[in-house]
Amino acid sequence: MRFERDQKLPQVRLAIVSYVIVGMIALLLVGFWKLQIIESDHYAQLAERNRIRSIPIIAPRGRMLDREGRFLVDNYSSFSVLLLRDDPQQVERNLPQIAEGLGMPLEDLQQQLEAAKILPRFQPIVIKPEASKADIDFIETHRTDIPVLEMLMAYRRRYLPDGFMAHASGYVGEVSAQQVESSNGRNRPGDLVGKTGLERQYNDLLMGTDGMRRVIVNSVGREMGRLDEKEAVPGKPIQLTIDYDLQVAAEQSLAGRKGAVVALDPRTGEVLALASRPAPDPNQFAVRVPREEWKRLNEDPDRPLLNRAIQAQLAPGSVFKIIMATAMLESKAIPEDFSVFCTGVTDFYGRAFHCWQKHGHGQVSLHRAVVQSCDVFFYNVGKRLGIDRISYYALQMGLGRKTGIDLPAEESGLIPSEEWKQRVFHQKWYPGETISVSVGQGAVTATPLQLARAIGGIAMGGIFKQPHLLMTTGTPPEQDFSLSEETTEKVTQAMFGVVNEGGTAAGVRLEGVELCGKTGSAQVISAEGLKRAGRQRRFSDNAWFVGYAPRRKPEIVVAVLVEEGEHGASAAAPVARDVIKAYYEKKAKRSQKQYTVEYKRYEINPEPTVAEAQAAARPAPRSQEPAAANRER
Amino acid sequence: MKQSAGIRDYDWWLLAIAFAICGMGVLEIHSATHSSHLAGMHWRQFIWIIVGLVFMLVLSRIDYHVILDQAPLLYLLGVVALVAVLAVGHSRFGAKRWIPILGAFLQVSELVKLIIIIVLARFFSEVRTDRLMLADLAKAAVLTGLPLGLILLQPDLGTALVLVPLAVVGAFLAGLQWKHAIVVIALGAMMLPVGWHFLKPYQKERVTTFLRPEEDPKGSGYQLLQSKIAVGSGGFWGKGIGKGSQNQGGFVPVRYSDFILAALAEELGFAGVFVTLSLYMVLLLRLVRNAQRANDRAGMYVVMGVAAILGFHVLVNVAMVIGYMPVTGIPLPLMSYGGSATLFVFMSLGLVMNVRIRRFVN
Repeated sequence: MRFERDQKLPQVRLAIVSYVIVGMIALLLVGFWKLQIIESDHYAQLAERNRIRSIPIIAPRGRMLDREGRFLVDNYSSFSVLLLRDDPQQVERNLPQIAEGLGMPLEDLQQQLEAAKILPRFQPIVIKPEASKADIDFIETHRTDIPVLEMLMAYRRRYLPDGFMAHASGYVGEVSAQQVESSNGRNRPGDLVGKTGLERQYNDLLMGTDGMRRVIVNSVGREMGRLDEKEAVPGKPIQLTIDYDLQVAAEQSLAGRKGAVVALDPRTGEVLALASRPAPDPNQFAVRVPREEWKRLNEDPDRPLLNRAIQAQLAPGSVFKIIMATAMLESKAIPEDFSVFCTGVTDFYGRAFHCWQKHGHGQVSLHRAVVQSCDVFFYNVGKRLGIDRISYYALQMGLGRKTGIDLPAEESGLIPSEEWKQRVFHQKWYPGETISVSVGQGAVTATPLQLARAIGGIAMGGIFKQPHLLMTTGTPPEQDFSLSEETTEKVTQAMFGVVNEGGTAAGVRLEGVELCGKTGSAQVISAEGLKRAGRQRRFSDNAWFVGYAPRRKPEIVVAVLVEEGEHGASAAAPVARDVIKAYYEKKAKRSQKQYTVEYKRYEINPEPTVAEAQAAARPAPRSQEPAAANRER
Repeated sequence: MKQSAGIRDYDWWLLAIAFAICGMGVLEIHSATHSSHLAGMHWRQFIWIIVGLVFMLVLSRIDYHVILDQAPLLYLLGVVALVAVLAVGHSRFGAKRWIPILGAFLQVSELVKLIIIIVLARFFSEVRTDRLMLADLAKAAVLTGLPLGLILLQPDLGTALVLVPLAVVGAFLAGLQWKHAIVVIALGAMMLPVGWHFLKPYQKERVTTFLRPEEDPKGSGYQLLQSKIAVGSGGFWGKGIGKGSQNQGGFVPVRYSDFILAALAEELGFAGVFVTLSLYMVLLLRLVRNAQRANDRAGMYVVMGVAAILGFHVLVNVAMVIGYMPVTGIPLPLMSYGGSATLFVFMSLGLVMNVRIRRFVN
């Protein structure tokens, strides 16, 4: 032994150590008591929140069907790529690999992550709204080394191609922050909601209620089991008054020219067709609108986002003469046999007013003035009626106010009056302005929809139905401004003459159809202004035609606007004729019991057929799709 | 002069308690890993325990006086090994702690702990007075400080700190004077800012997140929070073995090792924790009892050195699990998975048995 043994031990100090040990364990037990007994509920909640993840089940949006049950707007299923953000370090590590695998710029991903910082961490974000086959494969094969990616089945809107009916259908987009706030919890960030058109108008019907699946996950978010599931409630399909065949006729006849077509059933106010061009392809919006594309659409001088059928407020030109004729007969301020000798030009208040027919129409009465669209005649009518009487009748026939169609952002057009000018410009009304208004120029503006409704209503004897796109069983609201039988007869006879008695629209005569109507060629700029600017296409006249059939108790009225079309007769009238012709051909087949609903795809680009598209969209959501009779594909 | 000292004189109660704790550990390692890629880990732990038992047997047979005689040589060996590990050691988790021995990677610092127990036992047993002189205190500090510094360089703050209570308990039993204690504590407090300067960034982060966990919800603050959630959600009776969502879902960090008590607390509840901590208490008290009955001061210091290290491990690990201390990486003795740590505990128990079976020897 190199060291001595000392057998005297410090017993007191050893005892102290014992007490320290007991105290230490007691202290630790108190700590456990606090966590496990006193705060147990709090931590149990935190544990539940950790382990349970709620995954939304997206409800498919209701489809849109035409009046015969054909799909106008449909859904297809697609996968969105979700990024789970519970583990930021893991995300950080995987990010470059994800960027490469999904073919996305790394900065883009980082931006999205940055933007999502305000959201709670357990909420995954959609980093790629539409996953390709390759993306899905990538996610599946990297399940273990990239555990932060997940796929979410979602439904996307499928619209008919090339902007078909795009302005009526509208499009969907991600809900805005304001919409989320005002929806009382119905909308969550990232939801798709209708932004324009019917999608927006009937969003509450079309939008289903998303379901929720609660799953047990581990710390890296891998699903380990399922708890419960709240099924998604699909949105309700809506049936529209649109007739697909007539819509096809309208779109094809308009052939991409800048303008609009509105076809109504004046007996009910049902909108049979509603086209506006140029139109965006809402399929491009179904996912995410690229910023540049959005900018381009907004800055395009042709304004493709404008629904011309309800938003183009333009001078109605000679179409307005029908309002003038009706006002003249109804007011009885002017004798019905009033006539004027047209020399091609006339003078009011020291200014020359020209007739479109330079050589003049000679002696004209009301009937011939409408048939030949004599300006001089209506200058005189206007002068005698005065602006306030014109304004009164125009307003009663639905101009200058919204028709109340079930589409958002309808414009009201403008019917000027002395009061209006005073209110807006603080100026007195000049009598010369009345002369311009008499032929649908000057301050007066109207939308194609308003004109269709007004002309159809006059032919109905003064019943102006509220136009609507949603098929309803009830009676739609109407504006009753009953015209005398005599007035109705005279005005409709005159419009019959426009087409059938060698009038301005004689070229669109239809065999066996009482096609009536009125042409219009409205200046966009005054004659003086045009001289100053030099003749450019930009200032070409807008061509109008409002046609209907049959002459009394009409079944269809079609208003056509072709911007810069120059002449109503040549540019606009054939479009109306094509639509009305399609209507009568269909009617003839139906009366011969030869009619079956056909769904030939409206095609411009070679796209998958509807049958293929629907096959691709399967498994179809459990939608309450109405049994469309006789549907053929 | 030596009488027979045999296995009959082992502290069988101590061993039984150790086995009970090991059993709970193996059970919880199984529960924590059975459904993951780590499945089967509990068998490996079981084997380590068996190997540990063999080491314990061997170590208990060599008279601790013989071992203490070799203290200077052992100390030299320990320091050389620590330098070697710094020079050629195998890096794991960013720290050089491992050198290949017997075909497995052993943590040198575990062996060094054992050596320092012996060295300090020898040193303090040679201090003959009841009142520890300042010079002796300083010598003890230097003896501990050298290996401590070397371990800090690895860097392994946790293990380095374990040497401190070893010296403190030794000094206390050797008759540490209160005035010296106060001076040392004051000096230590003054050294804190300097020490802070030498901490690695991740160590600083651990301390700051411990002090202000809300500033780092995902790093070590996240680990502490998840551990507390596991413990708290366990309630009184626990969720049942294999049914703890925090444990099974992998929310509890290194749930089979450093945070094994969190996993146990979740699945067996306060009841399980009470039993476990009671076992540790009895184990530690049993060690003190063995120290009280040691044949001489040297034996007492050996046993109390073991008690100091095990007690410190238990305190720091358990306090970490309930969020009372920052994350240090100190495992829970006998329960946490780990070969080196298990071997160390059984070898230190071997030293205790060694002292015990020679308590009547004169």
